[in-house]
Amino acid sequence: MVQAESLTAARPIIVRPHAGRAMLGALGRFFKSSPLGTAAAALLVVLLFVALFAAQIAPYDPLRNDYAAARQPPSVQHILGTDNLGRDVFSRILYGMRVSLLVSIASVALGVSVGMVWGVTSGYIGKTYDILSQRLIEVLTSFPTLILAMLLSVSLRPGLGTVIVAVGVTQIPLATRITRSVVLSVKETQFVEAAQCVGAPPWRIMLRHVAPQCIAPVLVIATLNLGGAIFAEAALSFLGVGIPPPTPSLGNMLGGVLAQSFKPPWWLAVFPGVAIALTVLTANLLGDALRDFLDPKLNKRLG
Amino acid sequence: MQRYILRRFLTAVPTVFGITVLIFVAMRVLPGDPVALIASEGQGQYVLSASELASARASLGLDKPLPQQYIGWIGDVLHGDLGHSFWNKEPISATIGRRGTISLEIAVLAVLFSWLIGVPVGILSATRRNSWLDNIVRLFMTLFLAIPSFWVGLSAVLFLVLVFTWRPPLTITQLWQDPAQNLAMVIGPSLALGLGLAAGLARMTRSTVLEAMNEDYVRTARAKGLRERLVVSRHIFRNALLPIVTTTGATMGGLIGGAVATETAFGVPGLGNFLVQALNKRDWMVIQNLVLIYGVIFVVINLLVDLSYAWIDPRIRYQ
Repeated sequence: MVQAESLTAARPIIVRPHAGRAMLGALGRFFKSSPLGTAAAALLVVLLFVALFAAQIAPYDPLRNDYAAARQPPSVQHILGTDNLGRDVFSRILYGMRVSLLVSIASVALGVSVGMVWGVTSGYIGKTYDILSQRLIEVLTSFPTLILAMLLSVSLRPGLGTVIVAVGVTQIPLATRITRSVVLSVKETQFVEAAQCVGAPPWRIMLRHVAPQCIAPVLVIATLNLGGAIFAEAALSFLGVGIPPPTPSLGNMLGGVLAQSFKPPWWLAVFPGVAIALTVLTANLLGDALRDFLDPKLNKRLG
Repeated sequence: MQRYILRRFLTAVPTVFGITVLIFVAMRVLPGDPVALIASEGQGQYVLSASELASARASLGLDKPLPQQYIGWIGDVLHGDLGHSFWNKEPISATIGRRGTISLEIAVLAVLFSWLIGVPVGILSATRRNSWLDNIVRLFMTLFLAIPSFWVGLSAVLFLVLVFTWRPPLTITQLWQDPAQNLAMVIGPSLALGLGLAAGLARMTRSTVLEAMNEDYVRTARAKGLRERLVVSRHIFRNALLPIVTTTGATMGGLIGGAVATETAFGVPGLGNFLVQALNKRDWMVIQNLVLIYGVIFVVINLLVDLSYAWIDPRIRYQ
């Protein structure tokens, strides 16, 4: 996993007005400059499509038990085999992909938006609020991320929402730090000074002038964190504190495979794992490409 | 340096205090106290009446005001009393003593593997930039960064079970009891973890070495006719060392968390496995104190990493 827990400053990218048109142009340039990134983006779209239309693609009901067909190796009927309850592994992976992507995207969105609000306010307002915020962030980063997610997921009611919150909270510190460091340099620019001079209220300056400058680095962080979030969901569910069964997730399908019998069915361990690796790989490649494109300097600081 | 150590040490104190508060809030204040957690878990088998719940709360001291509970907990921990497991009444500190050594071994070996593999591979890949070797290394780095180490562990055990009908050992063998059997137990998880770490480290080493290769002092060293091997080892590697230490430090959090999942995948009875069992049984005293210990360990590691930066690079001390 790319661990980016020790991170300092980030350079602001000055966003010009008329961003809509510019963004389309930027997208075109991104595709042109990074074939690997384009491939990753395309693959992510495919994975999202699969997750979205799991119900239409899946040949079987992922929750229906069929004891007559239990523990079958991959065959023509069940291309990735069946599990102990006779459920079709391929169908479960499709639905599991849906859960895993939903959890990871929602948790990153949660973590990054909280982090952005927190970082912008803490960087712009400063003073005691900033010092206290920094201390709190420090506490959050003093937990190994997976341990923090475990603590949160066990202290709330088990379920999808809990996993999203548990993984999302672990994403907050990094997003806050990045945003804050951008804000600290944007704060000194002339356009902020000009806004202050004409008497714009602080919330307006933060919203209209400061926050937009943080979008590019935050977007990079969000994409880079996506892989980590997929991994976190998988690990939590694998350990039995994530998505509760029978709902399939890529992680909980791996749980308890070895404990099942003297001859564990290999297809139960291999295919969900490949799905996890493929998803994380896609997210990582896209994140790397986006980072190189938007902010090459960030590379060094992320490690 | 002494002043830096003292200053850095003092900043760790409020952090540890914050950790205890956060754990306490998560375990006691968020909806559902420990008794409710335990009671809600069993499907019908642990259903308790209101009076039974109340007496269970009273016996655990959960009916006292929250500040008093918090102070009581911290007092116990400071006296070295970590309480006992809710289910088998074994003192938690005894279990930690027995299993902690295994987890420590795994962590140390994993870091060792990551250095032994990651650093040379990174240097090699940087010095032969864009060769076929570099391309293969980069492919593997990208792959291993995406593959969860607990799945590597799961697959490895599965392979061993299916092909060699080998079973992972379930009993704890300490290093001083039977080194061979102990090593057989810890080698798997530490390799699986170490490979993941090595990928990140190799990537970092590669980029810092590439950067260092463009420095003026490297050109000077070459210009004065120094052998390439010496240029790499004395001039390039020395200066790439700090980011390597940084990366190792930054991955510690991932290592601790990843070890929990990987130990479970291998079925190794370490500390992580203890935590997972406690989480699944809602053994709240174990969860609370183990998470605290993990937090404190992480803070101490970060402290040591920071101090080692200051030791390697004196400029940091005076910031």
